Amino acid sequence: MSEPLLIFTDRGICCPAGGFYIDPWRPVERAVITHGHADHARPGHSSYLATENAAPVMRHRLGDIRLETARYAEQRRIGDVTVSFHPAGHVPGSAQVRVERAGEVWVVSGDYKTADDGFCEPWEPVRCHAFVTECTFGLPVFKWRPQAEVVADLHAWWRANALDGRFSVIGAYALGKAQRVLAALNSSAGPILTHGAVEATNEVARAQGLPLPPTVRVTPETDLKAYPGALVVAPPSALGSPWMRRFGPASTGFASGWMALRGIRRRRAADRGFVLSDHADWDGLNAAIAATGAERVFVTHGYTQIFCRWLSEQGYDAAIVETEYEGESLDAPAEEEAA
Amino acid sequence: MKRFADLFSRLDQTTRTNAKVEALATYFAEAPESDRLWTIALLSHRRPKRTVTTTRLREWAAERANVPLWLFEEAYPIVGDLAETIALILPDPSQDSDLPLTHWIGEVRALAALDETARKARVLAAWDRLDRTERFLFNKLITGGFRMGVSQKLMTRALSRATGVPEPDLAHRLMGDWTPESTSYEGLILTPDPSADLSKPYPFYLAYQLDEGPEALGDPALWAAERKWDGIRGQLILRGAEHHLWSRGEDLMTDRFPELARLIDFVPQGTVMDGEVLAFRDDAPLTFNALQKRIGRKTVPKKLLAEAPVILMAYDLLEWEGEDIRAAPYAERRATLESLVRPLPAEAPIRLSPLVDFDGWDRLAAERERSRELCAEGVMLKRLDSPYRDGRRKGDWWKWKVDPLTVDAVMVYAQQGAGRRANLFTDFTFAVWSGGDLVPFTKAYSGLTDEEFRRITSWVRRNTLERYGPVRAVKPEHVFEIAFEGIQESTRHKSGVALRFPRMARWRHDKPPGEANTLEDLRAMLAAYG
Ligand SMILES: [Zn+2]
Ligand SMILES: [Zn+2]
Repeated sequence: MSEPLLIFTDRGICCPAGGFYIDPWRPVERAVITHGHADHARPGHSSYLATENAAPVMRHRLGDIRLETARYAEQRRIGDVTVSFHPAGHVPGSAQVRVERAGEVWVVSGDYKTADDGFCEPWEPVRCHAFVTECTFGLPVFKWRPQAEVVADLHAWWRANALDGRFSVIGAYALGKAQRVLAALNSSAGPILTHGAVEATNEVARAQGLPLPPTVRVTPETDLKAYPGALVVAPPSALGSPWMRRFGPASTGFASGWMALRGIRRRRAADRGFVLSDHADWDGLNAAIAATGAERVFVTHGYTQIFCRWLSEQGYDAAIVETEYEGESLDAPAEEEAA
Repeated sequence: MKRFADLFSRLDQTTRTNAKVEALATYFAEAPESDRLWTIALLSHRRPKRTVTTTRLREWAAERANVPLWLFEEAYPIVGDLAETIALILPDPSQDSDLPLTHWIGEVRALAALDETARKARVLAAWDRLDRTERFLFNKLITGGFRMGVSQKLMTRALSRATGVPEPDLAHRLMGDWTPESTSYEGLILTPDPSADLSKPYPFYLAYQLDEGPEALGDPALWAAERKWDGIRGQLILRGAEHHLWSRGEDLMTDRFPELARLIDFVPQGTVMDGEVLAFRDDAPLTFNALQKRIGRKTVPKKLLAEAPVILMAYDLLEWEGEDIRAAPYAERRATLESLVRPLPAEAPIRLSPLVDFDGWDRLAAERERSRELCAEGVMLKRLDSPYRDGRRKGDWWKWKVDPLTVDAVMVYAQQGAGRRANLFTDFTFAVWSGGDLVPFTKAYSGLTDEEFRRITSWVRRNTLERYGPVRAVKPEHVFEIAFEGIQESTRHKSGVALRFPRMARWRHDKPPGEANTLEDLRAMLAAYG
């Protein structure tokens, strides 16, 4: 019997027959990248392959790298295997990686979300024999409400604060989540200000043609009195930092899947938690796995032990794979978010 | 329930005190009176009796959610709260309802009289008519442990704003043995009858921690100092030929310390004292370890009564000859207390907490150093001219604790936190050296900043040696200074010692694991302080 199509090494997920790694965490010759987040697209590889839409963010983060791009579903021959990207619905340009050799298909999910957010390419199921899936929110207590309802709550909060004469500052991961929130807002509701880290990604997104409402970057010179009751979008780490002082007694909120848990919301001492994740919830994970038709499932970051046992009981041949991916980051160090 | 759920959300969604007071005051002005009374009860930790075991609730919720029970049990510690886990795991309700809080409390109480099948049907029916937040609150009513991020002080302020009754009067009215069944909103809050409840305690005055030295307090001559006793704070009430002992948490502890009943023979009626319940023998306090054996016991075996008899170490007088004297200056209250306690015979289970003699702050600092040998936790400073106030208020009472004991230990196991810290590694096990082996001796959860927890979490993910269920063995690489308040012998621990209030005082980046403390060091501490 020949070697498995993918093997799991301390550098990352490796395809020996293709001579490449998928989202490796240590430097390799050839890296196939699912999306531009720091835990998946790392510096130091000799060459990169990613989707066309993921490329701008990767160049922005990693600088002058050797980067080849492919369209979704475009088939590439690498070594003895065929590789293609398929939408993961996580952030713009994010992909699942499909690897095929002689009719045997493996798919690496990267990070994914099954619900359509109206902003990034909607997730598509890919039939496969073996599926490598994340399970950041792999517990039955995580069940997302429709985005429209959450955004309606967010608007109501913004409106109430504006009536009170206060700013509304929302913490959202600068790379992806912030833009998804911006794109979902009704821009006629009031002025929108941004933190520098968010605006840097906004510029990348606008340059690649993604529709974002007009925003104003906050600098030390910004006359905040000109934007009464504005919504301010900032990375989570900016909330509670000295940067916040300029807004006076603002109301604060976070947009993250972790906000589903009251304990975490209270630890972050924000006024409001908006449960908005770029990862699949419990039902999403289960539906996605079923839709692949896979019999073998490897679970990576998240509640791996619990989710693996659940899948085994559902009749899957499931196993845990140790990775260095981090799931939805509400606790990312400031320097990472500023990148 | 919608009005109450809305109040809960408003309180939960803001960290601003003013917004909380405003939300509560509005509620107290507008909600039905029975709902107001129940809300006051819940916010002062009075709840309906538990009528369903949590085991059943878990089973019913798992069944309704269509997940195996083990999966529910795995999710629960991560969420960190049973009521919340159930609320999150259940499918959305199929019906809408808007009945008052009092109705749902009635539902919870009615469960007591039903058999198991009928109980289950009632609970499932309730879950199916309540949205996520309402359902969470309903579960809280069943399981107890209600916390809404509102202190009693804050609630009292809001109630004062809604009713016009001054705060200190309300604080006193809300104390003691009432339940919503035994009183009414009118009777408790608006027109109370003071003779109706002879057991009613006064609000405790709580001291602030003095972090810097006492120099900032000014002239030492304006202050009195006492030992900070390491026992259980208690308020002893002698009225109408009865005695009552209240804990700081408003638990009635009268039956747990039957020795104190004899005080009726020595102390006149119409007296209320503040003091510390201490295990005390041969005219000296015993360590907290001795008292600990009696905590949590509702009835005390004879042997224990002889081994660890208790007294009240009295330090303040709140009521004298039936009069509330809290407004009088400390020096005056103390003088009356002395004239009451001094003449009593040694067999009376009461002592006067002695004043610590000091003429300057240096002298007091030296006295503080002696605390451990006297079985005290430090010294207390009380302003001579201060009234006995309510709650924790800055300025007149300060506690100046001795520095904790410390030991440098190596982290060997890590576990993810719950609730507030569900996505971080926060629960650690530490070890000291014994020959070439690391012997685990304590767990610690607190003391690091969020930033440090983030860093250690990312390190744990990369340095796991082995997994045992939720516990990960990690590389013995990091040294932490563990601070603790006391040490005692333990047969349950491999190391032979157990610590009191262990926490991580410092991450010793400067120390290689080889330089951590040894089991011998711990044994020496046990011999000195155990
Ligand atoms: Zn990602
Ligand atoms: Zn990830």
